[in-house]
Amino acid sequence: MTASALRRRAARVLQRRSLTRLAVYATLIFWAIIYLTPIYLVLNTSLKPRAEVSLDRVWAPPRQVSVDAFIAAVEKLSPNFANSVILTVPATLLSAIIGSLNGYVLSKWRFRGANIIFPLMLFGMFIPYQSILIPLFQLMRELRLAGTLWSLILTHVVYGLPITTLIFRNYYAEIPDELIEAGQIDGASFFKLYTQVVFPLSLPGFVVVIIWQFTQIWNEYLFAVTLADPVTQPITVALSQLAGGQAIDFSLQMAGSFLTALPTLFVYILLGRYFIRGLLAGSVKG
Amino acid sequence: MRLNVDRLTALAVLAPSVILLAIFVYGFIGQTFYIATTNWQGLGMGDISSIGLRNFEQLFIGSGLPFFRFREALVNTVVFTVLFIAACLSLGLLFAILLDQRIRAEALFRTIFLFPMALSFVVTGTVWRWLFSPRSGLNTLPALFGGAPLPPDQWAWFTDRRQLFTFTWADASRLVLIAIIVGLLAFAVFSATRRRPVQALIAGMIGLSLIGWVFLGGVFEALGNVVRPAHGVNLAMFSIVIAAAWQMSGYTMAMYLAALRGIPEELREAARVDGCNELQVYRYVVLPLLRPITFSAMIILGHISLKIFDLIYVMAGGDNLRVDVPGIHMYLTAFRGNNFALGAAIAIIMLLLVACVIVPYLVNVFRTEVRR
Repeated sequence: MTASALRRRAARVLQRRSLTRLAVYATLIFWAIIYLTPIYLVLNTSLKPRAEVSLDRVWAPPRQVSVDAFIAAVEKLSPNFANSVILTVPATLLSAIIGSLNGYVLSKWRFRGANIIFPLMLFGMFIPYQSILIPLFQLMRELRLAGTLWSLILTHVVYGLPITTLIFRNYYAEIPDELIEAGQIDGASFFKLYTQVVFPLSLPGFVVVIIWQFTQIWNEYLFAVTLADPVTQPITVALSQLAGGQAIDFSLQMAGSFLTALPTLFVYILLGRYFIRGLLAGSVKG
Repeated sequence: MRLNVDRLTALAVLAPSVILLAIFVYGFIGQTFYIATTNWQGLGMGDISSIGLRNFEQLFIGSGLPFFRFREALVNTVVFTVLFIAACLSLGLLFAILLDQRIRAEALFRTIFLFPMALSFVVTGTVWRWLFSPRSGLNTLPALFGGAPLPPDQWAWFTDRRQLFTFTWADASRLVLIAIIVGLLAFAVFSATRRRPVQALIAGMIGLSLIGWVFLGGVFEALGNVVRPAHGVNLAMFSIVIAAAWQMSGYTMAMYLAALRGIPEELREAARVDGCNELQVYRYVVLPLLRPITFSAMIILGHISLKIFDLIYVMAGGDNLRVDVPGIHMYLTAFRGNNFALGAAIAIIMLLLVACVIVPYLVNVFRTEVRR
């Protein structure tokens, strides 16, 4: 093959390769635009003054930017936003701490029967919650907790235990058993080993679990709509009821959606890496 | 001595969680099943009595709106599950493969495809109801480019009334029953040839008793009496699938991407040296290695779609029969209609559907783990 033929061939290969790359980027950009379209519409609608939300100008950018819808949404939803915070923070922390202890027991203090008990615990995160909703509702009434945020906190802690236990169990499996054994030879007790050896190594595990639980509990709807009363409604329930009014105020709804999404979106954008880890842990194999 | 105390402490630490889950999961499921076998309606539990499996029977063959509605919801769930899994798997795989091409701004694209996962189904439902509202939303998008908006009666999205492939409940359930029986018997024979007598025996027994139940119990005749035909693939369901896939396809993308990154480059290089072009590398090396991930993703997505509630409830309201699902039907029956017994029966059927998907999966995961 002559040098010029070689060069021509190399040019052809390069050309084909750059064409493929162009196609790759074009496809990615096309889908990215589709995935971002709802966001555009949310911002576009919520930033319009109410009078401008007319059917023929749905997609056109606002002639005049107005934050009235946001102010209205904050006014309407801020008590519910507060409810969600009051319920999500303790439920997240409690389920994370208990999950960490459980994971420590299941990975470092294996006992006979653990291979049966653990899958049975795990099944609890897959069940449709409708199948426990009526007895749960009855129990909360009998405990005189119905309608309070306590009932939601208790519910989220209990049904969060399978996933938090799972994530910590898999996470602690990475800590070498020798570390624990060395501590035992030094006479360290169960709790001392936890506080001095295991817990200090747990930070990334806690970040994953806290982000996961925070997102789940903040976004949850079925328990919230069943157990809360009008005063204790979390934000997801309040948002769903913004739509129920007579004249549908789309700019208010979109601003409300944005407000509801803000905390979890913020966490996701800040700590996305850990969010993905929690996501993948949900598919059991850690 | 120390060690024994610690062992006991460990058990004592785990015990509260185990007890709580025993009550809140298994105890409550038992209670729900008990409620499903009664005629409990209304708030007081004063004069309820047991009626056996009547509620379940009614759901499958009874006439009356709540029962017809349940069957419609069941059909819708199957349709939704199939379309939703197909959409999430194909989009997720597409995005993962594209992002695996060492492209620029990979993190940006990944964030864009995955951010809907961080949202609540309630937010997704609210936003997509606006996008799919027939008189505005997507239908008016052509106006932005100077075109005419799409006609709302042709493009009704989740309010669409049209059905494809209509069939009657009797035909469908006869077909499903026969398929289950044939499947079980085939599985029994297969297990017997593989020398798994216990498996073969269990499958065979269930299959044979189903045959007995179907033919001696007059199931086919009872099905023949079911009124209200016309179930089908509802066009309205596609809008829900689009919204749900927008939210969840990032999840499959993340799973596939993690798996792709786990495939050693040497493997692909070896295939290239053997003369594979890029497409063949994917066809013969990469895709086969992704099969276990596809399986896991199907299980996870499948159990999500079988229990879906909030997205559809918020997006289409509770009373749109064309997109009704058991999750919504159960909630409305029990907590709006105060018919707790029927609601409980629906919930138990949902649980059984999910268990069919999840239990074999969990057994499989833990069996391999023990072997390891």
